[in-house]
Amino acid sequence: MSIDHEQRTGSELVAAEPDPVPDPGMEEHLPRPTDVDPIAERRAERQVATLFGLSVLFTLGFCVAYFAIKIKGRTDPPHIFGWGASNVALGGCLGIALLLIGTGAILWARKLMGDHEIMEMRHPARSSDEDREEALSALSLGTEESGIARRPLIRNSMLAAMGALGLPAIVALRDLGPLPGKKLFHTVWTEDMPIVQDVTGTKIKASDMQVGQLVNAEPGVFYDAFTPPGGGTTVEVPEGVTAQEDRAKAAIVVVRMDPDAITPAKGRADWGVNGILVFSKICTHVGCPISLWEQQTHHLLCPCHQSTFDLADNGKVIFGPAGHALPQLPIKVDEDGYLVAQSDFTEPVGPSFWERG
Amino acid sequence: MRLRLKSTASRVAGAVSRRRRSRFAAPAVLLIGLLATGATYYAVSPASASGSDSSTDAVAKGRNLFLVGCASCHGQNGEGIVTKRGKNYGPSLIGVGGAAVDFQVGTGRMPMAAPGPQAPEKKVTYSKTEISQLAAYVASLGPGESVPSKSDYDTSGYGTESIRRGGELFRTNCTACHNFAGSGGALPGGKYAPKLVGVSSKHIYEALLTGPQQMPVFSNDVLTPQDKRDIISYLKKNERTQGYGGFSMGALGPVSEGMFAWLAGIGVLVGFAVWIASHTARVRKREEGTS
Repeated sequence: MSIDHEQRTGSELVAAEPDPVPDPGMEEHLPRPTDVDPIAERRAERQVATLFGLSVLFTLGFCVAYFAIKIKGRTDPPHIFGWGASNVALGGCLGIALLLIGTGAILWARKLMGDHEIMEMRHPARSSDEDREEALSALSLGTEESGIARRPLIRNSMLAAMGALGLPAIVALRDLGPLPGKKLFHTVWTEDMPIVQDVTGTKIKASDMQVGQLVNAEPGVFYDAFTPPGGGTTVEVPEGVTAQEDRAKAAIVVVRMDPDAITPAKGRADWGVNGILVFSKICTHVGCPISLWEQQTHHLLCPCHQSTFDLADNGKVIFGPAGHALPQLPIKVDEDGYLVAQSDFTEPVGPSFWERG
Repeated sequence: MRLRLKSTASRVAGAVSRRRRSRFAAPAVLLIGLLATGATYYAVSPASASGSDSSTDAVAKGRNLFLVGCASCHGQNGEGIVTKRGKNYGPSLIGVGGAAVDFQVGTGRMPMAAPGPQAPEKKVTYSKTEISQLAAYVASLGPGESVPSKSDYDTSGYGTESIRRGGELFRTNCTACHNFAGSGGALPGGKYAPKLVGVSSKHIYEALLTGPQQMPVFSNDVLTPQDKRDIISYLKKNERTQGYGGFSMGALGPVSEGMFAWLAGIGVLVGFAVWIASHTARVRKREEGTS
C-alpha cells in the first residue's frame, strides 16, 4: 500500500516538473558463471572448502606453537626476524586462520548463495491521522481511568516514593569523602626543609648550580627525617600511600638562569639565590609532571597539552590551556651553602579546584 | 680595462685552440691546473698531522681553523655576534670549554649549514685532530668543561644495578624531552630533542655536561659522573635489547601505534572490502530455460 502511495506521489511530481535526469531503472540482471556452469559451481565449492580446511590447519598450528615455543622463565626467549618467536607464531597463525574463515564465507556468499536483487521502498515518517488521533484518545482515556487527577493522595505518595530513591545515591556517594579540607592548599615543604635531588636524595649546593642547569628535586624529608634547625618536632620519613601522594605534590624543578634575565614580581625579589629559582613540577592545567625546560628561552613546556610557562617571568603562562602561573617556592641557602626552602608554597600547587577558583 | 683584458685573453685562447686541435688538450690543461693548485695548497696550507702538537701549537692551529670556519658567526675572538635587533647571531664561546666544541663539532652540529631554530646533527666536517685543535683554542678563551676521558664515560662491565639506577635517573631527568625509550620528541618553535639511539657514550656524556642548545646543564657537581655513566649504561642496554613484542614503531608511544592501526590496519581492510564488492564475474549468456 505504501509502495503505491510512493509511486503515485512520484508520478505526480514528474507530471508537475519534468525530471531532467531520467530514472535509468534497475540494471539488467545477469547470471554468474557459477549459476550457469556446473563445473564452475563445483570449483567454487572446492575453493570454499579448501579455505575452511586451511583455517583448521592454522588454528591447530596456533595450539602447537603455544606449547612448542617455551617462553616461561626464560630471560631471552627465541626470536624470529628480531621479534619474539612465540608472539609471531601465535599472532600469525590465529590471524591467518580468521582471515581464511572470512575469505571463505565471502567467497561462498558471492559465488554460490542466492543472487537476487531486492528493492524496498521508504515509508513516510508521519503516522496517518487516524493513528495519531487513536494514540491521543488512548492517553486521555488512561489519565481518566487511573484517576491520577482525582486522587491526589496516590499521586503525591507515588512522587514521594520515587523522590526517596535519590537518597541511597547520596548516601553511597558519601563514601567518596571525607572532603579534603585544607589538604589541597599545602605540601610537605616547610621552612629550612632541604632541597634534594630526586632518585639520589643528595643535597644541592648553591655554588654547584651552573647557569642553564636543571635539577628535578624533592623535599629532603623523603630521604631523611627532618628536624628544624631552630628546634622543634622531627618529621619522620613518610611511608606508604601518603608518601606517594605527598611526593607527587611536592615535586619541584630547580633551575639557574642569568640573574639579569629574571624579572621577579613584587615581593618575590628574595625568593631566589643568585638566579636559582624553584618552581612546582606539577602543571596547573591537569597536573602532569613537567620538566621540559628550554635553557635559552627559559620556557617550561608541559608535554600533555603544551601549556608553556616562562620561568624567568614568575612562571607566567605564555601559551596553552593552563589557568594559573606555575607556583614558585621561595628558597634560601643554609649556613653550609645548601639550598633550603623559605616556607611552603604560597598558593596551592597543581590543577584548579572549586574552592581555589 | 676589464673588457680589454677579457678580449685579450679570449684572443690568446682562440689562437691556442686554432693551432692545437688535439682532443686531449683540454683535459691535459685541466689536469695540470689541478696538480698546480694541489701542490700550492700542500706547500702553503698548515700541515695538520705533523706529529705531537704542543698545547700552544694546538691553540694556534685551532685559532686558524676557528677564523676560517667559525668566526663569521661566533666573532673573531669567540665573543659572539649580536644582531641589530638584539638577537643572538652566534653565541659567545668564552667559558663553554672544550667539551662543548667536541660535542657540537664532533656530531656535525657545528658548523651550522644555515640559520634555523636548531642545529641538526649531520656529517662531521672536521677531522679528529682539527676538532681537538678547535677545542684547545676555545678552551683557552675561558675556563669551562674539558673533553672527558674514556674512563669518564666507559660503561663496559656495568651490571643490572647500574642499569636499574640509570633507568630511574633517566626517567626522572630526561624522559620529559627525550621520550622513555630515548626516541626523542618535539619542542616548541620547530625545535626538537634528538633521539639518543646510536649516539656514542662520549657525546651523551658531553651533552649532559655542557647543555647544548636548549638542553639544560647537568653538571658533574649535581649529576655525578657515576650517575651519568649509569644513565649511559641504561641507554646502551635499551639499544641492545631486541624488540620481543614486535614492531616498536619508533617507540613513540600511542601516537605512532594508533596511526599505524587506523591508517595501515583499517585502511587495508577497507580497501579489501571495496575490492571484493567491485569484483563480480557475470556472464552475458542467459541461463538455459529461463529466457
